[in-house]
Amino acid sequence: MNARTSRLGFRTPYYVLTAGLAIVFLYPLIWTTVSSVSPQPGSAQVEGLGFNNYATLASYQAGLPHYLGNSLAISLVAVGVTLLAATFGGYAFARFSFPGKNALFLVTLSILMVPYATLLIPLTIWLKTLGLNNTLVGVGLVLAVFQLPFATFMMRISFEGVPKEIEEAALMDGCGSFGALRRVLVHAVKPGLITIGLFAFLAAWNDFMVPLFLVGGDNQPLPLALVNMRQQVMGVIDYGSTQAGVVVLTIPCVLLFLLLQRHYVNGFMSGALKG
Amino acid sequence: MTMTAPASAPDRSPLTPPTAAPARRRRRTTTSRTGWAYASPTAALVLSLFVVPIGIVFFMSGSDWSLLGGNQGTNFPENFTQVLAHRQFWPSVRFTLLYTVIATVLLIGLGLGLALIVQVSSRWSGFLRTAFLLPTALGLASASLLFYALYSPQVGPVSRWLEQLGVTEGVVSILGSPAGALWGTVFLVVWRFAGFYMLLLLVGLQNIPGDVYEAAKLDGAKTWQTFRSITLPLLRPSLALSTIMCVTGSLLAFDQFYILTKGGPDSSTMTVVQLIYNLAFESKRDLGMAAALSVITLLALVAINVFQLRAMRGSSES
Repeated sequence: MNARTSRLGFRTPYYVLTAGLAIVFLYPLIWTTVSSVSPQPGSAQVEGLGFNNYATLASYQAGLPHYLGNSLAISLVAVGVTLLAATFGGYAFARFSFPGKNALFLVTLSILMVPYATLLIPLTIWLKTLGLNNTLVGVGLVLAVFQLPFATFMMRISFEGVPKEIEEAALMDGCGSFGALRRVLVHAVKPGLITIGLFAFLAAWNDFMVPLFLVGGDNQPLPLALVNMRQQVMGVIDYGSTQAGVVVLTIPCVLLFLLLQRHYVNGFMSGALKG
Repeated sequence: MTMTAPASAPDRSPLTPPTAAPARRRRRTTTSRTGWAYASPTAALVLSLFVVPIGIVFFMSGSDWSLLGGNQGTNFPENFTQVLAHRQFWPSVRFTLLYTVIATVLLIGLGLGLALIVQVSSRWSGFLRTAFLLPTALGLASASLLFYALYSPQVGPVSRWLEQLGVTEGVVSILGSPAGALWGTVFLVVWRFAGFYMLLLLVGLQNIPGDVYEAAKLDGAKTWQTFRSITLPLLRPSLALSTIMCVTGSLLAFDQFYILTKGGPDSSTMTVVQLIYNLAFESKRDLGMAAALSVITLLALVAINVFQLRAMRGSSES
C-alpha cells in the first residue's frame, strides 16, 4: 500500500507531468493536421481555412490518386505474400519434420541481421534479371521478404500454441493436412494473422527506402513522391502540400492502429520475448 | 525451439512393432515432402530475394561496376581500399556511432520511464499508452516530413520557441547548424520510437512476478532500492533485446537523415548507409564501391551484434 498512498499524495504533479508528456507526443500530429488546412505563406492556402493544399497535392504530376494507387498496390502485394508465405511456412516449421528445416528457419531469421542497403544494392541489378525492375510487384516482394523473419516466427509460435487434438480431430474426419489447415487451423491462428498482416501493411505503406532504390517516375509510391515533390519546388518550399501529404499518408495508419490496437500490443506480448 | 518435430515423435516410440518399419519410412518421407511443400513459398522468397542478392553483393564488391556501365571486370581489392580512403568514410563512421550512442541512451531511458509510468492499469494510463504509441503508427518518412515542416523557420513554431527561450539568437533554421541537425533528428527519432521501446519494456515489467515486490516490501525496501535491485536485474532480458534492436536500427539510420538533412550541413550528418546511397547513385555512381561499403557494413553489424550478445550473456551469468 506504500506505493499507492505515495502515488495519491503526489497525484497532481503526476498528472501534470504525464499530461505534459502526452501533449509532446500528440502535438506534432495535431499541428500538421491543423496547418494543412490553415493559411500559410508560400502555400496554396493563403487566407482562411480550406483544402487548397489538398487540391495542389491532387494535381501534382501524375496526381495523388495515382501515387496512392501505387502505395496500395505495393502494400497489397507485400501483405498478401507475407500472409501466404508465413502461414504455410509457420505451419511447416511447427508441425512437420523435413531435412533442412532448422537451416531454413535460421536463414529466414537472419534476414533481420542484414542491412537494407546491403540487399538493395544487388537488388537494383538482380531485379532486372528477374524482369521486375521498376515494378510495384518487385517492391512488394522485397518488402514481404523483409517482413518474413517476424511473420514466420510469429506464425510458428501461433501454430505451436494450437493444441494438437484440434488438428487430429480434423484429420480423423478425413481432411488432409491442407484441409485441416484451411478449415480448422487458420481460425485458431487468426490473431497471429491479423498481427502480421497489420505490421506488413504499416511497413509497406510507409516504406521509403526500398522504393527509393528500386523504382522511379510514375511508379513512385506516395512517401517517395512527397519527398521528391518537396525537392522539386525550388526556392520557396510548399510546406502546405507536404503537410497535406503527411495527413493523407497518416490517416489510414492511425485508423488501423486505433482499430487493431489490441493486436498491435498482443504482437509484442506473444512475439517479442519468447525469442 | 523444438528440434524434434511433433510429426516424427510417435515414430521413435519403442512400442512400435518392427513389422511397421517400411510403412513408417514411407510415412516419414511423405511428411517430409509435405513439410517441404508448405515451406516452399518461404524457401523460394528467401533464396531468390535474400540468399542470391547476398551472393551478388559480395561479387559486386570485387568488381568494377558503374551505375550506367555495368560490370567491367574484377576490381579487388581496389573497391575496398577506395572506400576506406574516401574522405567521408571515417567521418560518417564517427557520426553514425555518435548518433547510435545518443539515440540508444535516450530511447532506452525514456522507454523505461514511460513503461514505469503506464505500468498501472487505469483509464488515464490507458490513454497515455495510446498517446505514446500513436507516433509508432506513422512511417519514418512521414514523420521526417512532418518534422521538416515543424522545424522550418517559415511555417514551424519550434524556431520561434527556441528564440523565446533564449536558446538561439533570432529565429534561425534548426537544421542549418551541425548540432541543430543532429539534435533535431534525435528528437524526431525519440518521438517516433519511444512508444515502441515502452511497449517492449512494458512486456518485460509485466513478466516480473508480483510476489517478488511483496517480499521486498516486507523487507522494508525503499522504492529506489526495489527499482535498482529487483526491477532492473529482472528486466535484463527485455533491456538486452531493446538495446540490440535500438543499436542495430540506429547504426543503419537512413530515412530520417536523407529527408531532414540530406547529410548536411557540410556533410556533418552523413551516416554510413547514406554514404552507400551517395556512392551508388549520387557522387560516384559506382555500384562496386557501394557494394564494398555494404559488405563492410554487414560484417561490422554482425560483429557488433555477436559482441553485444556475448556481453549480455556474460553479464547475466555473473
